[in-house]
This record gives sequence, structure tokens and C-alpha cells, in this order.
Amino acid sequence: MTVRLFARLRDLAGTGELEREVPAGATVRTVWDSLTREFPDLAPYAESLSCAVNIDYARMTTAVSEGDEVAFLPPVSGGAW
Amino acid sequence: MAALTAITTEPLDLAVLTDLVGAENTGAVTTFLGVVRNRNQGRNVHHLVYEAYEPLAERVLQRIREEARDHWPSVTLAVHHRIGRLEIGEASVAIAAASPHRADGFAACRYAIERVKQIAPVWKHEYFEGGDVWIEGATADPDDLAAREAAMRIACA
Repeated sequence: MTVRLFARLRDLAGTGELEREVPAGATVRTVWDSLTREFPDLAPYAESLSCAVNIDYARMTTAVSEGDEVAFLPPVSGGAW
Repeated sequence: MAALTAITTEPLDLAVLTDLVGAENTGAVTTFLGVVRNRNQGRNVHHLVYEAYEPLAERVLQRIREEARDHWPSVTLAVHHRIGRLEIGEASVAIAAASPHRADGFAACRYAIERVKQIAPVWKHEYFEGGDVWIEGATADPDDLAAREAAMRIACA
């Protein structure tokens, strides 16, 4: 699967796109847990991030499988204050 | 750039949006332009770099149009968000709402910008005198009804 990271998450991981194997029965949380083992600096975002699967907002409990695109999104700041 | 919603690296033009919403068949066109400020939280800002998860951001802008249409069926809304490097004074977001009467137009316009800030997957990287920082606001969750109701309350205040 493809894992996409944006904004500060991308900076912390040093890359915005990774290809990873996904085990059977995986959810978005499985992917996140594996990612934070690889990049511990991401861990503090566990409580504030959003996620998307195949370009649709999803939940950490959403099931994922091979071929999916999973994106992790830090808190947003669109527009102008 | 002739769509009612757009994520674009090109400078925004309100005249394009007011044309898109069909100013000639309506009683009011309300517009909003979000502009890069030179000061933020005590910092002297040099410029901003906006980043988006573009395909999702496009969908979210369409969703915001649909939410607004559910509440104000007579309003036609256009929302364009710019990404990439923006200098002080440049517009990051442009919104136009055409409506038969001004009250609905103002409300829909306000609702749209509040929702953009809540749920559009767009981030700004602020470069200021002495450093840079990612600005992080709301955890984006389109299904968070409390957030949606908060945007509606602000819009209709």
C-alpha cells in the first residue's frame, strides 16, 4: 500500500510517500502503529491526527488492504486566520 | 480555472468567482477573500507556503458546497483555495455566494470559510523573521456534528 504524510508529519518522517506491506486484517491503526515504530517522532500526533483511505476521510478502525492509499493528516489550517 | 471549487497554485481572482456564481440572475453576491497577514502571534511573517492533499481537498470543497446548498438551497457558492508560496497581502482563499437576498449570501459565505478551516486538508507553513513553523489548527473530521453546528452558529449569528 501507499502511505502518504503531509505537512509536519512529512517533515518529521523525512518523506511524504512510502510503500509498505500490509498484513491481512489490518486497519488504519495497524498502519499508524507500524509507522510510529519506524518514526517515533510521529507518535505525539496520535491524539490529533486525521486519516484518509483512498482519498476519503476515514477512521483509525477502517479496514485497509493491499493497493490502498492511506494518508495521515496533522491538524489543518486552511484559509487565513 | 472555471470550476466552482478549485485548489490551485495560480493567483486567486474574485471576479472569476463572481462570474462563476452567476451574478446576473440574482439579487446579491457576497464575497470573502482570506489574505496573508504580515504579523501572526507576535511574529513578523515573511511568507507562507500552503500545502494540500489535493484530491481530498477538492472533494472537501465540493462537500462544503453541498452542505451549504442543503441549508441555503437558493445560494450558489464558489470556493477556491490557493496553495504553494504566498507573499504578504496575497489571497489564500476566495469565496463567492450568489443569492436572491443578502442575508443568505453572507451566512453561506461565512459558513463556507469556517468549514474550510475546520475540514479542508490544507496546511500552512509560516516563514517568519527568525524561523519557520507549521501552523496547526483543528483536527479535521467532516462527520463531527458539533464542529458543523459551531460553523452554522457563527454563520447565522
